[in-house]
Amino acid sequence: MKTVFAKLLQSEAYFNFKHNYLAIAGAILLGFFLLLAIFGPFVTPQNPYNLKELNLSDAYLPPSVMDSSSHFLLGTDQQGRDMLSGIVYGVRISLMVGISAMLISLVIGTTLGLIAGYRGGWLDSLIMRVADIQLSFPGMLIALFIMVVFGRGIDKVIIALSMVGWVLYARTVRGATMAERSKEYVDAAKVCGYPDRMIMFKHILPNVLTPLIVIATIQVGNFIITEATLSFLGVGVPTTQPSLGLLLSSGYQVLFSGLWWVSVFPGLTLLLMIVGTNLLGDFLRDELNPKLK
Amino acid sequence: MADYLLEVNDLKTYFYTFKGVVKAVDGVNFKMRRGGILGVVGESGCGKSITGFSILKMIDPPGKFVSGQILFNGEDILQKSEEDMSKIRGNKISMIFQDPMTSLNPLYTIGQQIMETLAIHGNMTEKQRRDKAVELLKVVGIPSPESRLNDYPHQFSGGMRQRVIIAISLATSPELIIADEPTTALDVTVQSQIIHQLEQLVRKNNSSLILITHDVALVSQIAENIIVMYCGKVVESGTMEDIIYRPTHPYTKGLLNSIPRMDDSKDRLEPIKGMVPSPFDLPVGCKFAPRCECCSSKCLQTEPEAVEIAPGHRVCCHLFDEKGDC
Amino acid sequence: MSDNLVEVKNLTKVFPIKQGLFSGHFGKPKQFVHAVNNVSFHIKQGEVFSLVGESGCGKSTTARTIIRLHDPDGGSIHFGGVDITHLGEKEMYPFRRRMQMIFQNPYSSLNPRYTIRNIISEPILFHKLAANKKEADEKALEILNNIGLRPEQADRYPHQFSGGQRQRISIARALALNPEFIIADEPVSALDVSIQAQILNLLLDIKDEYNLSYLFIAHNLAVVKHISDRVGIMYLGHIVEVGNKNTIFKHPLHPYTNALFASIPVLGQKMKDPAITGDTPSTPIDLPSGCCFRKRCAFAQKICAEVVPELKEYEPGHQAACHFVEKGGC
Repeated sequence: MKTVFAKLLQSEAYFNFKHNYLAIAGAILLGFFLLLAIFGPFVTPQNPYNLKELNLSDAYLPPSVMDSSSHFLLGTDQQGRDMLSGIVYGVRISLMVGISAMLISLVIGTTLGLIAGYRGGWLDSLIMRVADIQLSFPGMLIALFIMVVFGRGIDKVIIALSMVGWVLYARTVRGATMAERSKEYVDAAKVCGYPDRMIMFKHILPNVLTPLIVIATIQVGNFIITEATLSFLGVGVPTTQPSLGLLLSSGYQVLFSGLWWVSVFPGLTLLLMIVGTNLLGDFLRDELNPKLK
Repeated sequence: MADYLLEVNDLKTYFYTFKGVVKAVDGVNFKMRRGGILGVVGESGCGKSITGFSILKMIDPPGKFVSGQILFNGEDILQKSEEDMSKIRGNKISMIFQDPMTSLNPLYTIGQQIMETLAIHGNMTEKQRRDKAVELLKVVGIPSPESRLNDYPHQFSGGMRQRVIIAISLATSPELIIADEPTTALDVTVQSQIIHQLEQLVRKNNSSLILITHDVALVSQIAENIIVMYCGKVVESGTMEDIIYRPTHPYTKGLLNSIPRMDDSKDRLEPIKGMVPSPFDLPVGCKFAPRCECCSSKCLQTEPEAVEIAPGHRVCCHLFDEKGDC
Repeated sequence: MSDNLVEVKNLTKVFPIKQGLFSGHFGKPKQFVHAVNNVSFHIKQGEVFSLVGESGCGKSTTARTIIRLHDPDGGSIHFGGVDITHLGEKEMYPFRRRMQMIFQNPYSSLNPRYTIRNIISEPILFHKLAANKKEADEKALEILNNIGLRPEQADRYPHQFSGGQRQRISIARALALNPEFIIADEPVSALDVSIQAQILNLLLDIKDEYNLSYLFIAHNLAVVKHISDRVGIMYLGHIVEVGNKNTIFKHPLHPYTNALFASIPVLGQKMKDPAITGDTPSTPIDLPSGCCFRKRCAFAQKICAEVVPELKEYEPGHQAACHFVEKGGC
């Protein structure tokens, strides 16, 4: 592991990274939010899921910068929930949902893409037609439908997002697999008598991973937004476990009556998370693209 | 009028990459008279293609012209502006590239591509351009040229496409044509037709041709003069007879010995031992020394200078400093 | 029972040109590429047999069909006396060890994500020629040593090696299973001239050391002349002439063979007029009736358009498929 890390530090990729301020900014943002998600809950003044800790009389208190009587750094929402704690736990949910859904759709999409690309024939046509049909509906619509049918909950959100997200991986991997399939090292593997399964996963898969890293990074951001939207619309996470989207929606009605902090802080947090994933994803896409070299 | 059509003096084209400096062309000298055919021979990485691109000043960053002159009709190309160069490229000097599959734009008919060259470098009317295009296709041996003008590149075979490219390169009756491995991607029967045609056309138009290739046998068939390159330097230069029948540089000799020939019956070939060094890790002293049978300590320390061992026949080797032999 | 290691009889392979919405699954494809047409030849134990021809002649497809990378559409392939034409994946398993292949492109024939140690030890482990990974690695290092690579280089990746070294690694991979028969598909065409000689010499050395037979595919006749015992000339998927090295190079019979030999640049000789006009069609879709070569042949007669010429023997071991030769020849 140490040598891998040392090699990474010497590589051209790291050199380009060091000089690309946007990429560094993206990495810092993401790193910050990851740390927040892992360690934040231990240091927040309040556990926003614990209804016993909430005090309705604390509702809609402004941030302490504005009003020094309020001891809530970012104010409270209509249930007396500390915004800071809510946001920290919300970030945790966002990242958990985003990363889990990304991993699940990665596995499903990559497997289907490998099979479609390598086998070709009717299996390929079938998988791609299913993908096309799914793509003809807006992803949000499909996710919404699934949530309405199965009800609210973090696990259901993850499933819904995975069912929408696999298509991008499948198509990308299929294209890359078809390109690799015609290379002679695959022929050499066949000449040695390796079964298809082995050729697909041991030989071709390591060579098609590169574009997946880019897609995965950006997709985390997309899933975070989608989850926030679903929660905003009221079909995502339950109200007792608020995510950033839910916090946003709860403050939406009072946004223009001067109680701005309930929506704006969660909104800003979402913005920064997405900016982080996109900046890093952009850098990775340019860096890992062999054609630009 | 200058004595020589093309004079390359101590040309150095280096590439400044992340991993280090690649001295692609490192002090190349040669001269060409009007109406001749020069062969530039060497293996991959020796700098022959970059020499060709340098003559047309087609070197992009991270490549840079570090020093030297390229005198075309007495004027230094390296001092010219892009605007001046665009009047020379495709007009006075044209180039034929290696891969006929990708040298033509797939979205335009070949008629459009030939006429585009004529439109940029001349004052002909549309009809005159069309007629000239038909004539050019006829000259390069494409049957039914009038109807084929409207065809797209993918409707031609590899050999036909290369003929079209030759037609484009001859369109403006250039003084110099640079052909970079023009037949490497083609079959041998097609190759013989193409090279034959190219030679005839060049002689007829009194143009000059630089043929860049790794195929020594091919170049020996049409070139009057040959230069042999290795690691960015010219190791030997002279007439075709000098190089083929009286090779003196150990690399030239090794190259000729390692080529399987139709006309001999040796069972084992004599390869040159070792490998071409990485451009980032070139040896100090003579670049060929580590692979050379006759290597001495002097060879490992200092680079040899070119010595004229017979009129027109130059070698870059320490063996000929002291008139020694191996 | 003949001592032929490989026997190919009337081998045919066509590729459908796909059309339609569902890529031809639900409709019959209208056109075929006739890559290999009725090809027959044999390779004896310890022999080097070369198939020569220009692009589109079907030599690579023939080789790949013999090693069952493609499924033949007609004819038969016998290896060591056994008919392997229609064997399934499981039944082919024992034969995979005995026949191996070296490919043309040194850049795409090695998996860029594998170290070269693993490239060579993987087949050894898969075919159970070693009890565990450690033993397989040892065997791999031994072979690498034999072909001229040092053990310190075993943990590097293919992109860290030159073209010539990569071909050596490909050869090492082919040797890993200790095969009897190796198909070399243009193994030196992508290499520099001075490296070609090294690799060709290596192939000859290991042939003696490991007791191998080769099917050598090439388009460079000079290379073929140096390495082969027998040669087959192919055009548009047909074998037009076949013979021993001595006979075929001394007096070629078929007009195409003559044209091919005449087109090869000879060192130091001024160029002659081209021996043949026209281009070789690179995808043989519509084969001419009768003789496949008649459209470019200077000697074509009426019968050439009507009857497909068969391979006939004109001297021991030397056969040609040509009506003109039959009638008295060149």
